[in-house]
Amino acid sequence: MIYLELFLGFLRVGCFAFGGAYSAIPLIRDVVISAGWLTDDALTDMIAVSESTPGPIMINLATYVGSVKGGFLGSAVATFAVVLPSFVIILLVMVIFRRLMHEPCVKAVIDGLIPCVIGIISAVGGYMMLRCCFATGTDWTPDFKALLLTLFLAFLMFGSKPVFRRKMSPITLILVSAVLGIVFY
Amino acid sequence: MLAIIENICVERKRWISPDEMARLTVVAESTPGPIAINCATYIGYRIAGFAGAVFATLGIVLPSFVIIFSISRFLDNFLEIGIVASAFRGIRLAIGVLIFEAAVKMMRKIKRDAMSVTILVISFLVMLAVDLFAWNFSSVSLMLAAAFVSLTVFYLRKRGAGGSERQ
Repeated sequence: MIYLELFLGFLRVGCFAFGGAYSAIPLIRDVVISAGWLTDDALTDMIAVSESTPGPIMINLATYVGSVKGGFLGSAVATFAVVLPSFVIILLVMVIFRRLMHEPCVKAVIDGLIPCVIGIISAVGGYMMLRCCFATGTDWTPDFKALLLTLFLAFLMFGSKPVFRRKMSPITLILVSAVLGIVFY
Repeated sequence: MLAIIENICVERKRWISPDEMARLTVVAESTPGPIAINCATYIGYRIAGFAGAVFATLGIVLPSFVIIFSISRFLDNFLEIGIVASAFRGIRLAIGVLIFEAAVKMMRKIKRDAMSVTILVISFLVMLAVDLFAWNFSSVSLMLAAAFVSLTVFYLRKRGAGGSERQ
């Protein structure tokens, strides 16, 4: 049953989304790709939409995937499931385990989780760049147009501070890339 | 996001003090889920108990839900328009860059001791291989392994420190 699958899949995402807004992306990719709910391209498009609309990416993706797979009820179930773990955990921390966050062993667990999450997020980012520029999984034929455009976008994102004296926001980068897409594809 | 929450909850409504906001940020950073949701649940409970937590959380989720649900109904048709499809081919190139940049930003904020760096590098390599070769391995297993390693190192160090104190 799709509603139960959505509920369990997004409950898992909600339980392990440690470390901020982007940590949900690899977890959602895991669930969505392995269940065959969305293609990699469709998910990437949706990440772009989530990035350009208000609200946490985790919620936006859950609502979208739920809606695509199960209509209104599906999206309500997925959104509820993804929020439930953080809701319950915050209440438990406030009501029962007030000192929990200051326990050295809890801190040790978090200290291990955060670098792992950062490694996972950078791997997904790296993989997404490679996937667009090379025929990954087959013979690695480079797509030179995509490669050059990606290098240019990476330069804008990482090099804009010294050149233009201000940091490029994600939305600006998305707009620039959309213009590049219209011009070059 | 955190700036908006601070502005409304601390400065305008005075629901919680700046001190408590700082404590809340620490809790939110070490629990799963977006900080916005964690703050809403926390402040809701603080002001009006369980019902407060439910309503505050509902309030912060609802706008995203309504906006994305509405978009999802016509996104597929929208993406089929020629010019939009080309724009999204460009945007797909940017998303990898954005995600990678977010990870780099997070790297700047953590402690750079031997254990963190090792866990980070190993997680990066393992997940990259998993994605490239489409291995059947979930990032959750990797996170559990990292938590286990970190906890083990913590207890070994504690025992080591305890031993040297007795001497």
